[in-house]
Amino acid sequence: MIVPIKASRKEVEEKVVQPLLEVKGLQKHFAVKGGVFGRKKRVIKAVDDVSFSVREGEILGIVGESGCGKSTTGKAILRLLEPSSGEVMFAGKRIKDLEAKELRKLRKDMQIIFQDPYASLNPRHTVEKIIAEPLLVHGMAAKAARKQRVKELLEIVGLNSYHASRYPHQFSGGQRQRIGIARALANHPKLIICDEAVSALDVSVQAQILNLMQKLREEFQLTYLFIAHDLSVVKYISDRVGVMYLGRMMELADKDTLYENPKHPYTQALLSAVPTPDPDGIRERIILKGDVPSPANPPPGCVFHTRCPQAMDICKTAKPAFQEMEANHFIACHLYT
Amino acid sequence: MSKEVILELKDVHTHFFTEKGEVPAVNGVRLSVCKGEVVGIVGESGCGKSVTSLSIMQLIPSPPGKIVSGDIYFKGENIVSASPKRMKQIRGNEIAMIFQEPMTSLDPLFTIGNQMIEAIRLHEKISKKEARNKAITLLELVGIPRANAIVASYPHQLSGGMRQRVMIAMAMACEPDLLIADEPTTALDVTIQAQILDLMRQLNQEKQTAILFITHDLGVVAEICDRVAVMYAGQIIEEGTTREILKYPNHPYTKGLIRSLPNVKKTEQQLYSIPGTVPKPQKEKIGCRFAPRCEWAFAPCFQANPPLYELENNRTSRCFLHEKEA
Repeated sequence: MIVPIKASRKEVEEKVVQPLLEVKGLQKHFAVKGGVFGRKKRVIKAVDDVSFSVREGEILGIVGESGCGKSTTGKAILRLLEPSSGEVMFAGKRIKDLEAKELRKLRKDMQIIFQDPYASLNPRHTVEKIIAEPLLVHGMAAKAARKQRVKELLEIVGLNSYHASRYPHQFSGGQRQRIGIARALANHPKLIICDEAVSALDVSVQAQILNLMQKLREEFQLTYLFIAHDLSVVKYISDRVGVMYLGRMMELADKDTLYENPKHPYTQALLSAVPTPDPDGIRERIILKGDVPSPANPPPGCVFHTRCPQAMDICKTAKPAFQEMEANHFIACHLYT
Repeated sequence: MSKEVILELKDVHTHFFTEKGEVPAVNGVRLSVCKGEVVGIVGESGCGKSVTSLSIMQLIPSPPGKIVSGDIYFKGENIVSASPKRMKQIRGNEIAMIFQEPMTSLDPLFTIGNQMIEAIRLHEKISKKEARNKAITLLELVGIPRANAIVASYPHQLSGGMRQRVMIAMAMACEPDLLIADEPTTALDVTIQAQILDLMRQLNQEKQTAILFITHDLGVVAEICDRVAVMYAGQIIEEGTTREILKYPNHPYTKGLIRSLPNVKKTEQQLYSIPGTVPKPQKEKIGCRFAPRCEWAFAPCFQANPPLYELENNRTSRCFLHEKEA
C-alpha cells in the first residue's frame, strides 16, 4: 500500500517542481554602430544576466522602470529578439538550439500580448482574419472550423460573435485588448507573455481586463509572465514578482514577501514611491536621488549604487550575485552577503 | 471659505465643431481655486479634463474649438472676453502651465538657457545676462545639479525627469499665482514621479502658488491635492476635499473608480470593475451620463441629467440618489 502512494506523491511533486519556463543567465546586448564604416562603437546591455523560472500555472510578474530591460527579456524568451547568451528552457526544450521549423511549432505554446492594442492589430484586417491567422498558420485548414473557433474565442473573451466581421478601429481600447487576448488564446497556448498588456487602458477598463485574464488562467490552466511598470497591477495579478533595474534582476520573491518585507534598497524605494489613494496612509517615503543611468554606460559594481541610500564601498567595485537568501527569496545586494 | 478665490469657472461649455458635428467636450464645469491651494481634476481619458485646462488658458485651437458659454474669472477679471493682448500678459506671468510630455513642449533646436531667457525676457525688462543668471537660480530652485552647465545643454541631452524640472523652472520664472499642471508626472517612472511631486509640493508651500493638477491617477491626487473634482463625460460629477472624496465617495462613478484600483497595500481576490466603457462625447444626451454603467441607476437617471447637489462639508455630487435620501 505504502509504495504506490509514495510513488504518486513523487510524481505530483515532480510535476509541481518542474518549471515550465526556465531562464538562466539571459543576456541581450545591442551593438551601437557609428562612424564611417559602421564600426561597433559600444554595446548597450539591455538585459545583463537575468535568471528565473516560471512554474506551470503560476503568474510571474516582472516590474521595473522604463529602460530596465523587462520587455527585452520577454522578447528574448520568445526569440523575437535573438538572445546574446544564456539559456531559455521551455517545457524541457532548449529554445536556442531549435531549428526555425521546430521553433515555429513551439511558438504555438508561447504567445505574447502587447501594450498597444492600436499598433498590434492590422487595421486592414477584420477581427475574424486577425484571430484566424494563427489558426491557419498552425494547420487548421478548414475554413468552417476556423470560423467556428473564432466565434468561440470571441465569446470566451467577452465579445460577441457578430464582432468578427468588424475592423479594429470600430472597437474601444479595452475591446481591442480583448481581441489581442483572443488571438493569443487561439492555439491553446501554455505560456502567455503579457508585455504591459493593461498599461494603455483606463482604470475602469483595466480592471475588466485583469479580471478576464484571471478567469482565463483558471479556465485554461495558463501560465503568465506578466511584465508591467505598475506595481499595484503586478501585485494584484501575480503569484511571484521579480524587480528589474538596468538590465538586472534585483529581487525575486513571493508577492506577499516582496511587498510586505522588501529586502533590496531599490525595491524598498520603488514601493515607497507608489502613490496610493489612501489619504490616511502616511508613510516614510524614500525619494531616490538622480536618474536611472544609461544602459550604454552602466556603473561598475552594483548598477544601483549611484542612487542607493545604503551604498557601501564594495558596491562600487563588485557585482553582487543574485542569490537565494531565504527560501524562494532571491536578492542581488551586498547588504545581505 | 475665508481664502481669496483666484480662479473661478462658471458653467463653462467648450465645444468642438468638427465635420461630424458638434462635440461638447466640456459641459458646464463649475470650479474654483483659492490662493495657495492645490486642486485636482481627475478623470479617465476623454472626460474633458485637459480641455478644461486649455479653456482656462484660452489655448483651445479655434477653429474647431470654442468656449460657447460660461465665464472664467481670474482674480476677478473675466478672461473669456479678455483681448488676445491681455491674455498674453496673463499667460506665463500670472498663470503658467506645464504639460505631460516635456519633450514636445521644449524646442529641440535651442538650449535650455536660450528658451528660459526668452521666456523670462518676455515678461521682465532685464538684460540677457541678468536673465541667464535668473535662469540658473531657477534651475537650482527645482533641484537641477550643475545648473551652470545644464543651461547650455539641449533638451535631448536631459532625461525625462530633468526636462520636467526645466519646465517647472520655466513656469515658475515669473512667480505665477496659478500653475496648471496637465498630467505632469504621467510619462515619468514612479521614483522620478515621487521626486517631481515632492518638488511641486515644496514650491506650493514656499511660494504660495495655487496649483490646478490634472491627472488620471487617484494615488497622485491623494499625494498632492487639497481638494479634488472628479470629471466624467465633460462634467464634474463630484467635488470635495481629497480626504473626504477618497474615504467616503458619494457618486457611484467615484465609488467604482476607487474600487477598481488595485492597491499595493492590500491583496484582493477579485477586482471590482465598472461595466461598459467611457462614452464618447456626443450631443444631446438625455439623462445622467453615467446611468448606462451605474448599478444604482433608477428611472429618473434616464430622463434628466442630475444637478449638482450641495452636500455637507462643502461637497457636491451630481446624482439623483441624493434627492432620494433627502
